[in-house]
Amino acid sequence: MPEKKQILGYIHSTESFGAVDGPGIRFVVFLQGCKMRCKYCHNPETWNLVTDYTKLYADTTDDKEREELEKKIEENTKLLLDKGVKVEARTPEDLLKQALRYKPYWKGDGGITVSGGEALLQMDFLIEFFKLAKAQGIHTTIDTAGNPFTREEPFFSKFNELMALTDLFLLDIKQIEDDKHRELTGFSNKNILDLAQYLSDQGKHMWIRHVLVPGITTDEADLKKTAEFIRTLKTVDRVEVLPYHKLGIQEWERLGIPYKLEGIDPPTDEQQKIAREILDAK
Amino acid sequence: MLQNQEWESFTGRLWKEECNVRDFIQNNYTPYDGDESFLAGPTDATNKLWDKLQALQKAERDNGGVLKEDADVVSSITAYGPGYIDPETKDLEQIVGLQTDEPLKRAFMPYGGIKMAEEALEMYGYKPNENFHKIFTDYHKTHNQAVFDAYTPEMMAARHTHIVTGLPDTYGRGRIVGDYRRIALYGIDQLIAWKQEDKANCGDGNMYDDVIRQREELTEQIRRLQEMKVMAQSYGYDISKPASNAKEAVQWLYFGYLAAIKTQNGAAMSVGRVSTFLDIYIERDIKAGKLTEAQAQELIDHFTMKLRMVKFARIKSYNELFSGDPVWATLEVGGIGMDGRSMVTKNDYRFLHTLEDMGPAPEPNLTVLYSSALPNNFKTYAAKISVRTSSIQYENDDVMKPIWGDDYSICCCVSATQTGKEMQFFGARANLAKCLLYAINGGKDEKFLDKKTGKPMQVGPDYAPITSEYLDYDEVLAKYKQMLDWLAGLYVNILNLIQYMHDKYYYESAEMALIDTDVRRTFATGIAGFSHVIDSLSAIKYAKVKVIRNAETGLAEDFEIEGEFPKYGNDDDRADNIGVWLLHEFLTDIKKRHTYRNSEPTTSILTITSNVVYGKFTGNLPDGRRAWTPFAPGANPSYGAETSGLLASLNSVAKIPYEWSLDGISNTQTMNPSALGHDEAERAEKLVSAMDGYFDQGAHHLNVNVFGKDKLLDAMENPDKPEYANFTIRVSGYAVKFISLTREQQLDVINRTFHDSL
Repeated sequence: MPEKKQILGYIHSTESFGAVDGPGIRFVVFLQGCKMRCKYCHNPETWNLVTDYTKLYADTTDDKEREELEKKIEENTKLLLDKGVKVEARTPEDLLKQALRYKPYWKGDGGITVSGGEALLQMDFLIEFFKLAKAQGIHTTIDTAGNPFTREEPFFSKFNELMALTDLFLLDIKQIEDDKHRELTGFSNKNILDLAQYLSDQGKHMWIRHVLVPGITTDEADLKKTAEFIRTLKTVDRVEVLPYHKLGIQEWERLGIPYKLEGIDPPTDEQQKIAREILDAK
Repeated sequence: MLQNQEWESFTGRLWKEECNVRDFIQNNYTPYDGDESFLAGPTDATNKLWDKLQALQKAERDNGGVLKEDADVVSSITAYGPGYIDPETKDLEQIVGLQTDEPLKRAFMPYGGIKMAEEALEMYGYKPNENFHKIFTDYHKTHNQAVFDAYTPEMMAARHTHIVTGLPDTYGRGRIVGDYRRIALYGIDQLIAWKQEDKANCGDGNMYDDVIRQREELTEQIRRLQEMKVMAQSYGYDISKPASNAKEAVQWLYFGYLAAIKTQNGAAMSVGRVSTFLDIYIERDIKAGKLTEAQAQELIDHFTMKLRMVKFARIKSYNELFSGDPVWATLEVGGIGMDGRSMVTKNDYRFLHTLEDMGPAPEPNLTVLYSSALPNNFKTYAAKISVRTSSIQYENDDVMKPIWGDDYSICCCVSATQTGKEMQFFGARANLAKCLLYAINGGKDEKFLDKKTGKPMQVGPDYAPITSEYLDYDEVLAKYKQMLDWLAGLYVNILNLIQYMHDKYYYESAEMALIDTDVRRTFATGIAGFSHVIDSLSAIKYAKVKVIRNAETGLAEDFEIEGEFPKYGNDDDRADNIGVWLLHEFLTDIKKRHTYRNSEPTTSILTITSNVVYGKFTGNLPDGRRAWTPFAPGANPSYGAETSGLLASLNSVAKIPYEWSLDGISNTQTMNPSALGHDEAERAEKLVSAMDGYFDQGAHHLNVNVFGKDKLLDAMENPDKPEYANFTIRVSGYAVKFISLTREQQLDVINRTFHDSL
């Protein structure tokens, strides 16, 4: 019987020097695909979802079927390439091999951070990837907006398996008010706050991150409510305020998507200071 | 065994039997692994003097880069009486001594070449002295004339087309670091006694060339030592005996350095590894209650202030090569001893602290001898200063120590030399990228025409050019190897000739007086265009490269690349291995040649800012680089080639074996502060992790800049903003005030890769 193949991950890109995506220096993997449509997204290129044939590909042992799936995966990535989005389908082993080139820089607390797109949309791949990483004693972090989270099956079991392999979560809380959250991202925040709660209950360490956009996430009442919520969590090691920046605009233009935050400037130092004080953040 | 009352409480034996500063240091220094909290701020005197100096520096800038030049005195150790930053406040100056009699006044130094010395005067509106003109042209030859007397037509052609550029044939070769500490430890009289002893034992009575020459050189050295005493006397100091306290130790040492910069205008005039040595004296005085921390810092601040004032009169073509008026007063801190003890002392903190007390500055060229095993407190403090000032460079002690021991200095921008034991024959770089075009075009230059025939100048040997439409890797490589061999041979011969004449007409007797008579000599060559050769060969190997030939001359004048190819700087072995091969090939070609005075050949991959000039004279390359545009500096990957982030780039550079490039492999990187961490503490911590990882892999050197592109653009457009007066950046191998670069150089810096992914 032919051997099973490794599952593939759709990788948008990697960064060898992640200094602000978790403790120490991180090898950052940006996965392709996200359902949220955050107005300030600085990498809309990672939005497009890739139809997921990779699990089927890994599970099948039929050569012919596998060949067809391989073709489909190739067509899929090519389709995106034609849209100007660069995606590669890679095995966990191959990706880890690349990450390990940077192990000399991880002394102390560095390691691997998987970001996106939305990391939790490719859990099958991530589980395999993190299994390999943990076998080497590497610190693993997931940077997620939490949007796919649900306590429903089949998601929940997989998430639990992945959570066990993850040392730290970087969780975005984009807006504490659900209606404003929908306005900003197109989705409710209920399951995201539930994820935070669940991680806390399970004793999983996390950093909460909050992107500060003037007029959208700078309201002091909202910030106070966010701070209150964070205080109910037991495992938050750190809160980070990330000032909104305009570096992503070029990407929106390149992809021909109308930019929604036209005319909004990055927050002032004063706005940042207020937010950091309220949230007790870095 | 020598005994001196000035040595009270110093321990050890060997250094009293012979001239051995290292042994003195190892027996007496106090390692420090605490943090920076002990440091003191600037004293009132420091602030006052620094304000005055800043005003002078501003006047110098406003005056077009030179405050004043002297046309009527030929510089020597004793040519001038005492000079002060301001005679009215001379009592505030803890450490005294200027190159001339006025601050920032540049001396007339004709021995490297009278033509250049006069040109440097005329450039700034000074009239050369007619007597000197006559003396140094009619009566006495200078180095420059001697070199040109002996150059061959082939050498002249290579110089003209810039396939070899930056030759020290018009000024001092530099790079010789006197062991200035010897004056403080032993006093001049003892040093003279030792040199006299050497002279008495020089040869067995048979007068061979080397014996005759050494006898003459030793006599010159002894003269310089005597002159140093006279110079010190004019400032009221007697340096015939050892220094008896910290202030004297700094002052004695500085007088030695001052003698060097009064007599030589070498491109690099390093101070050397003085920090740990001086700490011994400071510790002794502090323990005895004779010195406070504030006073100790004041000594180091005032010494540093003097090093910030070193100036030479330069000409336009020199400034184009080495932009921003650098002198490479390189000074080291850190390092680890052979016995495994950290050599970091409180004084290493004090030297870095000068960048806080008196703000960022390009000189002295502060160099941290780095190891991941250095005390964490010190690594973090250095990183913090880097984040704040971008004024420090880092060099890997772990790779240098096995070769040079634990008392080496950095003799130029990044090159190591054993202090007091070695000297260097250095010069220029071979343009290996242009050499690749010569290989393709059969030795014909792509830019210059032969004046007689009007056809492309035949500079290299007349080998058969490549005539195919697409470049074939094996064919190119075979031809390139031949052309490299030719270039290496020519280059070594040019240097042999220059070094011979330099010894004859511009011998560094002041510095050599402070170096062992049985000196080890290295022969330091250099490479330019490294990354472009790698990427060009990679393009030829992994993509298809079509040659576009000039209809008239038939020369390859452009290249079309079809397909993708791996580029150096992305941690991709396919490209990086080409770099390793290239270095080995060139070094082998260099090593098989005879080198002057049986010196040991080495090479380097460092270009300083000359990457701009090399690029200016090099046509389109097969890697897609456009004609006449700057090369990447040093061992840096090419502009825009690094697409996998900072660490991938560092990994590529770390693969280049230091052992094959003992003269140095320089790498300059710029990081955006916001990409490095949320606050200063975090940025310093991440920088330390990055350097640990880089240097643990055996990399040699890193220039660290922390600022964004916006700041450079703003500084270029608004150089008069007060905050940019001292805005310092690291370029290949040295630091420079950004606003003192030419616009061309500024644009080059701005175009380099910034690591600012978020």
